[in-house]
Amino acid sequence: MSATPTARKATPRKTKPAPRKAISAAIVLRLYVAGQTPKSLAAFANLKKFCVAHLAGRYQIEVIDLLKNPQLARGDQILAIPTLVRKLPEPVRKIIGDLSNTERVLIGLDLLPRG
Amino acid sequence: MSKPEQHSRTQFSKVPTGIKGLDEITGGGLPKARPTLVCGGAGCGKTLLAMEFLVRGATRFNEPGVFMAFEENAQDLTQNVASLGFDLKDLIARNKLVVDFVYIERSEIEESGEYDLEGLFIRLAHAIDTIGAKRVVLDTIESLFSGLPNPLILRAELRRLFRWLKDKGVTAIITGERGDLTLTRQGLEEYVSDCVIVLDHRVSDQVSSRRLRVIKYRGSTHGTNEYPFLIDESGFSVLPVTSLSLHQTVSTKRVPTGVVRLDAMLGGSGYYRGSSVLVSGTAGTGKTSIAAHFVEAACRRGERAIYFAFEESPNQIMRNMRSIGIDLQPWVKKGLLQFQANRPTFYGLEMHLTMMHKAVKVFQPQVVAVDPLNSFIIGGNMTDVKAMLMRLVDFLKVNQVTGFFTSLTSGAGVLESTDVSISSLIDTWLLLRDIEIDGERNRGIYVLKSRGMAHSNQIRELLLTDNGVELRDVYVGPGGVLTGSARLAQEAQEMAAQTAREQEKERRKFELERKRKALEAQIAAMRAELEIQEAETLNMLAREQEREKQLTQERVDMGLSRKADVAARLTKDKGKSK
Repeated sequence: MSATPTARKATPRKTKPAPRKAISAAIVLRLYVAGQTPKSLAAFANLKKFCVAHLAGRYQIEVIDLLKNPQLARGDQILAIPTLVRKLPEPVRKIIGDLSNTERVLIGLDLLPRG
Repeated sequence: MSKPEQHSRTQFSKVPTGIKGLDEITGGGLPKARPTLVCGGAGCGKTLLAMEFLVRGATRFNEPGVFMAFEENAQDLTQNVASLGFDLKDLIARNKLVVDFVYIERSEIEESGEYDLEGLFIRLAHAIDTIGAKRVVLDTIESLFSGLPNPLILRAELRRLFRWLKDKGVTAIITGERGDLTLTRQGLEEYVSDCVIVLDHRVSDQVSSRRLRVIKYRGSTHGTNEYPFLIDESGFSVLPVTSLSLHQTVSTKRVPTGVVRLDAMLGGSGYYRGSSVLVSGTAGTGKTSIAAHFVEAACRRGERAIYFAFEESPNQIMRNMRSIGIDLQPWVKKGLLQFQANRPTFYGLEMHLTMMHKAVKVFQPQVVAVDPLNSFIIGGNMTDVKAMLMRLVDFLKVNQVTGFFTSLTSGAGVLESTDVSISSLIDTWLLLRDIEIDGERNRGIYVLKSRGMAHSNQIRELLLTDNGVELRDVYVGPGGVLTGSARLAQEAQEMAAQTAREQEKERRKFELERKRKALEAQIAAMRAELEIQEAETLNMLAREQEREKQLTQERVDMGLSRKADVAARLTKDKGKSK
């Protein structure tokens, strides 16, 4: 798994990840996974592809491995794995699944109108 | 209560819930290290049962627990169960309990591709491991179905979850909302197949009652009936009363009734301790008075008594009883007598029963009076009432409490039947009846039955006097059974007749005496006459003898003068001397 410059992998969460580039409308994403399962790997790969294609330069990804930090599941009310949480901009959005359906991700991130 | 099945313990171990009555029904508790499904409609107490399971586990059995709430957050939950006396904050602070609120908002969640519930597993595992939990509650996991898309995945994951819980070795309660045709909306019973408990909250005739039923307990016998339960300030209590068998210990001690004459009617010493006594009769025949006597007598002996009143308030009963010289107030003050007055419609039957149970358990009385029984009958709930009374009677018997019940018989019915037809449960049955003669109504009492004693078969008249209930012999004679003024009149009549008879007797005696005297006088006269005759006769005889002697002398003299030979005279003399 190769990390993009903006993604930090499975590190203990920082209170507020400082954006490396000054972005006007930053999208802060957090991907929850549980170990290196095929679904997790697929989700990460899909997320990367999606961000490059749709959010070029405007995003920031944090990956949290719940196997290492199980206590973090409570904070973001994580049940399903993998779950992508859009921390910013508010309101919080959650997308569960391996993110293989790009259209659903766009809807989930409010980049496409619902319905 | 009945003993838990011993043999089932050897099959697999059970975890005591600590909930009153539930452990008795299930023969020891829930299956250890297996999930149990608790289902029922809204507001039937699923969450409370589950929470009590955890709280009791943490406080009594040193088994910490995890409460995973899908519907209420920790704060609401804490507040809700505080009314039952559970201090969740304290338990959480002492690491005995973890409350994890799982919040799912469908509108915030979008699905894209495959997912699993590993996050839930991790959360649960984390919570379990932090405090070393042995008990887990998932309340209500079915809300996942409304919060997350793709039920197929959810089903597979739930199945995995229940297996995982087993592997983890925790005893779990999973709650589920009752569905239309299934036990739970999402058919959770398919996955949780070890133990299924159904809670029910039904309303009949505007009175609600809660029931619990264990519909399935794999590998163990269990009570299969519907058991009433209630939720109050001390938590859940289930009444496994019908699991009782007829093995009560029997006392040969006797309890005075409080009415001396009634004791005499009951073989001389009153009721048996621990027996059930029924007094039935039409309105105003003195049922409550006899109950008050009994209760008062118990207090006088220093025993405790509870008076369950369902028609009158305690003050009213005390005032009324004071009018016939029974003062209950001092005993209430002394703490020997407790009144429990409630309207029958105030709760459901089960609640009444449970309240009575609790009152008896707490107060530990020797005597309980229930006045009256049949006020429970509201509409057509006869079978329910009968079942409830049977359980009440059973319960009192097991605890060796003498139960005194009154029952109002409607005037039209047969006197020898109670409305609730519990006569077979009753050991001693006193029947009070109106006796109407000559425009007057009087009370009669007799012992219809009294098991195990030679009781009187006589009707007695019951009088309410300033000194309480008094029993009098009724007049039984050619004029029939008479009571009241008729009895008094009859008694006066009898008295007059008696006097007349006495006078007649006297007269006859006098007559006899007179006759005797007359006859005796006659006899004396006759005797005197006899004596005269006798004297005359004797006189005559003497004279005759004298004459004969004279004749003989004359003959001798004649012989001498004629010179008769001497020899002849000598032989004659010899013969005379012999």
